[in-house]
Amino acid sequence: MTALLETEGLQKSFGAVIAAKDISVAARRGERLGLIGNNGAGKTTFVNIVTGYLRPDAGRVVLDGADITGLAPRRVRRQGVSRSFQIPQLFASLTPEENLLMALGIADDKGMSAWRPARSGAMMAGLEDLLERFRLGEYRHHTIATLPGGVRKLVDIAMAVTHQPKLLLLDEPSSGVAAEEKFPLMDVIMRALEGSDATVIFVEHDMEIVGRYAERVLAFYEGRVIADGTPTVVLGNAEVQRYVTGVAP
Amino acid sequence: MTGRVGTLGAALLAFAALALLGRILPHWFVLVATLAFAKGLVALGLVVLMRGGLVSFGQGIFFCAGGYAAGLAMRSLGVTDAVLLVALGGALALILGLIIAPLLAGYRGIFFATLTLALSMIAYGILDKTYSLGGSDGLNLQAPTFLTYQPQTSQEVSYALFVLASLLTAVAAALCRIHFDSIRGLLSLAARDNEIRVEYLGASVRWVSGTNFIISGLLGGIGGALAALSLGHIDPDFAFWTTSGEFVFLAILSGYASVTAVFVAAVLLELVRSFSSQYFPNTWQGALGIFLLLVILFLPEGLGSLVRRRRRTAVKPAPKPVESVK
Amino acid sequence: MNVAAAIFVDGLIDASWLFIVAVGLTLVFGVLNILNFAHGSLFAVGAYTAASAVGWYYGGNFGPAFLGYFVMLGAALLVAVAMGPLLERGVLRLFYRRDEVVIVLVTYALFLILEDATKLIWGVNPYYAYEPYGLLGNVSVFGLSYVGYDFALVGLALLTGVLLWLGLNRTISGKVVLAVIHDRDISGAMGVNVTRVFVLAFTFGVFLAALGGAFTAPKISVQPGISISVILLSFAVVVIGGLGSVEGAAIAALIVGLARAAAIHLMPSAELFIVYLVMALVLALRPEGLFQRTTTRKI
Repeated sequence: MTALLETEGLQKSFGAVIAAKDISVAARRGERLGLIGNNGAGKTTFVNIVTGYLRPDAGRVVLDGADITGLAPRRVRRQGVSRSFQIPQLFASLTPEENLLMALGIADDKGMSAWRPARSGAMMAGLEDLLERFRLGEYRHHTIATLPGGVRKLVDIAMAVTHQPKLLLLDEPSSGVAAEEKFPLMDVIMRALEGSDATVIFVEHDMEIVGRYAERVLAFYEGRVIADGTPTVVLGNAEVQRYVTGVAP
Repeated sequence: MTGRVGTLGAALLAFAALALLGRILPHWFVLVATLAFAKGLVALGLVVLMRGGLVSFGQGIFFCAGGYAAGLAMRSLGVTDAVLLVALGGALALILGLIIAPLLAGYRGIFFATLTLALSMIAYGILDKTYSLGGSDGLNLQAPTFLTYQPQTSQEVSYALFVLASLLTAVAAALCRIHFDSIRGLLSLAARDNEIRVEYLGASVRWVSGTNFIISGLLGGIGGALAALSLGHIDPDFAFWTTSGEFVFLAILSGYASVTAVFVAAVLLELVRSFSSQYFPNTWQGALGIFLLLVILFLPEGLGSLVRRRRRTAVKPAPKPVESVK
Repeated sequence: MNVAAAIFVDGLIDASWLFIVAVGLTLVFGVLNILNFAHGSLFAVGAYTAASAVGWYYGGNFGPAFLGYFVMLGAALLVAVAMGPLLERGVLRLFYRRDEVVIVLVTYALFLILEDATKLIWGVNPYYAYEPYGLLGNVSVFGLSYVGYDFALVGLALLTGVLLWLGLNRTISGKVVLAVIHDRDISGAMGVNVTRVFVLAFTFGVFLAALGGAFTAPKISVQPGISISVILLSFAVVVIGGLGSVEGAAIAALIVGLARAAAIHLMPSAELFIVYLVMALVLALRPEGLFQRTTTRKI
């Protein structure tokens, strides 16, 4: 059971705010890991550090045995790490089709073409597959700026699952999505990763999703990990109930 | 495949049409059109940059580099072949672009705009005071030759230059169109919208900006050499902010949907300018400024948007997503 | 040693008008998030208006000589009041919601328009507003003779800086402006009339540009083309000092002033080049300028 991702003693402060304090986490290949915690607990900071957007003040990030601490996001991507965003990060003046073409075309094994049309054979096959899987077909030619939040979230996540990532980090995938669509959305994501042994780490506030899709949960509070175990164990933890879920024992 | 073949075919047809047209149009128009195409090439380079979200107020530096390369090659190396001179102009501008691009590629918005302006004004200052390059008087260029063809009358020279300009225009336009339709071309638009996502997808925004800048430099240099040959003259004013401003104006006016619009706008601008500089010399900049504001206000995508209406914005509100994710 | 002294004094004098102009540019950026490319043109309008006003005042012998300075101040105020609200409400406001690149082009367009407008109103021949320049006699510093006026300019810059700092940090209105600089949306949510702050801040920026122009006019020949030099220099100052920082503008103005003076004395053709070289060096070490503004988290 080799660890795909290992963080060792990550520290990060923003002025007086401690966003990460001695975070040492190991995630196995194929593991489904849920991160919970109140706002400001350091979950997104963790994701930002792992993906290279932030440099930790101290500590290391090791992916598949290689030290990727401080590597720029685009290099981390090339190592097989993919990420979706809390607030969808999309190309607003383009269409979902074009957004997905970017996700497919940039990390393409054969490199980016400056000569072949974007909408050529191999690209289109991958595009149609994604549009189909995430039910984005009817929106494909509408500019992102005109689309509702839930659809944008879908596009954001669809862009992250291209090229079979080894490690997929989803930052609040179901936030902004209507209640009755949360499970279907998570189903689509998990199905898209079927067959690969991708490790999925998702930040979530919805405990039902955490309970259903995570095999293991980490609870964050004030930059530290205060609980680590199966969903039942963690959600039953007294400290977690006090600081995170607010459920009376 | 048909897309690219179609584009190249259209370019070839356009070139043939222009070459024929050049035979029947009056001499003065041929001269105006040649200069317009030269400037259009520079503006096309700006369009490449602007698709990536950058505006350069200093393309004059490449325009100048191309012109001076041609002028110097003619004066000091005795080169008379127009094709070679244009190639040299492009080459010098390309080298200049390769040197400057890494310095500027990390900047955007007003930073990038003002830095490019500063660079071209510095170039202007240097050229103005360098007497071996002609100082403020610049250099004169004689009539060029064209491979094996040696035109005798000024009519023949003008026509030959016009044909060369049309060919370069058609080729550049076609290549740019194909480039814009590629993944790399789409990447420029993406970088303009969201740099963070571009980086997270695995590309470098710096690299995108840098390569766009280098391409714009190459086009600028080719345009500059052509302009110098057409005018028979090159001087530091080619790098002055007023010249650079015109390229910006042209690029905004034509927008970045249609490549043809750039050259149509260029011809229109040259025609208006030759008229206005005769009667209203002190209001040219101001008129450009007012026009620029109007274009930005009312035609945000430039003239190109009138020509090429793409099926991109929602005509009716997007359907509700409730039924979709099942 | 004389050369060093000359460079120091010349640099200081240069830094003075540069500071007055640049601090206006940086303030407008801080509040409205616009780097006004037409700022140099407003300097020129200030200079021309002051030159005309001075010419009228001394030509008609309307009063005591020293009141000419107030005439110049009045000219700057006039330009600010006439152009500030007009430009901000009439033109810039229309483009606030657009792409970042658009506002760059809009202020560039304004620059083009104002350039020709000044040519139409004042013609292309240089104006000389020399009377106020000679009123304060000569001063001897480090064995070199300088015009007293130039040192008064240093004084004016110091006064402007101090008043500005006090105004921003020690008055309620000033704190409101600082709040808007920090976060305009939250300020608006707190009840601040952000629109009014915008107009006032922009108008004040115009005033500073025009003030710089008005009080520099007696030292130079006021002619077409000064606007471009001014914008190129003040942009460099603002970038070196850090966008939105008053202290930064002061230190950067000093750096740029000294660099220019050094170039003018030692290698005149490198005058603009050295300013941008300094800027490049500063940016290489501190990409946000000397005094950074806090940047907000994006993701």
